[in-house]
Amino acid sequence: MPHYKLQASEMEQALLAVDRVKAEKILNTLSDEPVLDIVEHVIVPAMESVGAGWEDGRAALSQVYMSARICERLVDRLTLFHEPLRQPQPKMAIAVLEDYHLLGKSIIHSVLRGAGYEVVDFGRIDADALAQKVKEEGIEVLLVSTLMLRAAQRVSYLQDLLGSQTSKVKVIVGGAPFRFDRELWKAVGADACAAGAAELLPLIKRITGGQLS
Amino acid sequence: MNGGEFTSLQRVLTTLDHREPDRVPFFLLLTITGAKFAECSIETYFSDASQVAEMQLRMHERYRHDCLYGFYYASAEVEPFGGSTHFFSDGPPNAGPPPIHSPQHIDALTTPDPESSPVLRRVLDTQRLLKSEVGDRIPIIGVVMSPFSIPVMQMGFERYLNLMFEEPERFWKLMAVNEAFCVNWANAQLQAGATAICYFDPVSSTTVISRDHYLKTGLKVAKQTLSRINGPTATHLASGNCLPILEDIATTGTAIVGVSVLEDLRELKQSAKGKLSLLGNLNGIEMARWTAAQAEAAVKKAIAEAGPGGGFIVADNHGEIPWQVSDEVLIAISEAVHRWGEYPLAWAERYED
Repeated sequence: MPHYKLQASEMEQALLAVDRVKAEKILNTLSDEPVLDIVEHVIVPAMESVGAGWEDGRAALSQVYMSARICERLVDRLTLFHEPLRQPQPKMAIAVLEDYHLLGKSIIHSVLRGAGYEVVDFGRIDADALAQKVKEEGIEVLLVSTLMLRAAQRVSYLQDLLGSQTSKVKVIVGGAPFRFDRELWKAVGADACAAGAAELLPLIKRITGGQLS
Repeated sequence: MNGGEFTSLQRVLTTLDHREPDRVPFFLLLTITGAKFAECSIETYFSDASQVAEMQLRMHERYRHDCLYGFYYASAEVEPFGGSTHFFSDGPPNAGPPPIHSPQHIDALTTPDPESSPVLRRVLDTQRLLKSEVGDRIPIIGVVMSPFSIPVMQMGFERYLNLMFEEPERFWKLMAVNEAFCVNWANAQLQAGATAICYFDPVSSTTVISRDHYLKTGLKVAKQTLSRINGPTATHLASGNCLPILEDIATTGTAIVGVSVLEDLRELKQSAKGKLSLLGNLNGIEMARWTAAQAEAAVKKAIAEAGPGGGFIVADNHGEIPWQVSDEVLIAISEAVHRWGEYPLAWAERYED
């Protein structure tokens, strides 16, 4: 599949330029290719590259956000008449913990949907209600987004609540406090940390493959 | 100078002139910490202008830093637009639901009078009280949210990014309303006693938007706004990156830029030399679990990297000391600045990280 590399690179450029029309054109040139190949070899690498660019300073958050929005729509279009892209997927949910800053959650939600994952969005929620929802819906992977330090520290309490459940959920944290303090995720008892989309997608693959225990 | 001793204001003005004063100035940007001194809740603390002024003076006496911070919390500026504030027991107040519910809402938006807001009137009262206490000895820092960044609270970050990229005409209408508000609010603070205005503009950071986009948007807004503010300004990107736009920021007429610990301080200093002074870059998040020794090491590193030649003020890199930072660490920061910040910084030439 050598041509996918070129298409992925063109897709990345379209995403960085926030050029939805060009992104759709690239997709149109691949209309005879298997949907799973397009997602795995064009859309996901392009998004990962944009996300990595943010983490090392080559791209801006607005580009990550707009890229994720564009890809989410592309994948929705691709999968309109198809089965879910990946089977099996862990049952995933995302939430903003006791904080009023929702952009990070929205970006990650869009990135995951753009990569073909289904993710339940719990929105902005407090720790007690979140633990209850995780239990009720049988969530296996919980993504927790925070912006304020106090919210990041509430993950400890959340883990205490989740720890009492029979089936342990994997808690992945992200957001500014964890970028500025790379040891904080361990201090609050999270199972893993992803600074952004580029770190998260490989992490989800590892979890799906049972490599994060 | 008074008999050879610098006042805090003289120390700061000298460094802003890219010369070396008696020691590196340092700003502890203390807001909610005042509630600990007042032994009350954060919400109660900010309900009393004289209490905030009194605690600013008490904290200044304890930590011996070089400014008074006439700032309450960011969401106060959204209240005149119909926004609200949600208080926590152990963290900074957050903005409640955005008052602008749809892009169409912007079409009918008008500029509110800052002094119509009870909380902003209290901020002015605090600054008046501080000015009457300290005169020109200690800089009193006022704060405005930039017209370009306040929409995150006015309409939510996502909706704002969608507006910025997809509805440029409405975006500029919102900027016009916000610019007028920001200029009025900044000038009211200067009139009340603020020495300088800190222009918080995190959305302009290259962490959030690309330089290309900044040149077309945030930079234009900053130039239009800062030129109408009747006093000196500092630009703070609230721990966002700025190295790729440092020279652009210098063209806005601002004197200082707040820099992030995630960028190389030596490189920033080199790029800013003679054009902008730097404020930073202590890690406010890690600070919450520093020991006194770690605090001293971080201060020493920052001074070694950016102190020589002036043009540098030690501060945290976000613009607010978190609630979780202990008194012990704040004392350690203060002692480290007084110990290692005395000019000339001969030791800094031999400093190795």
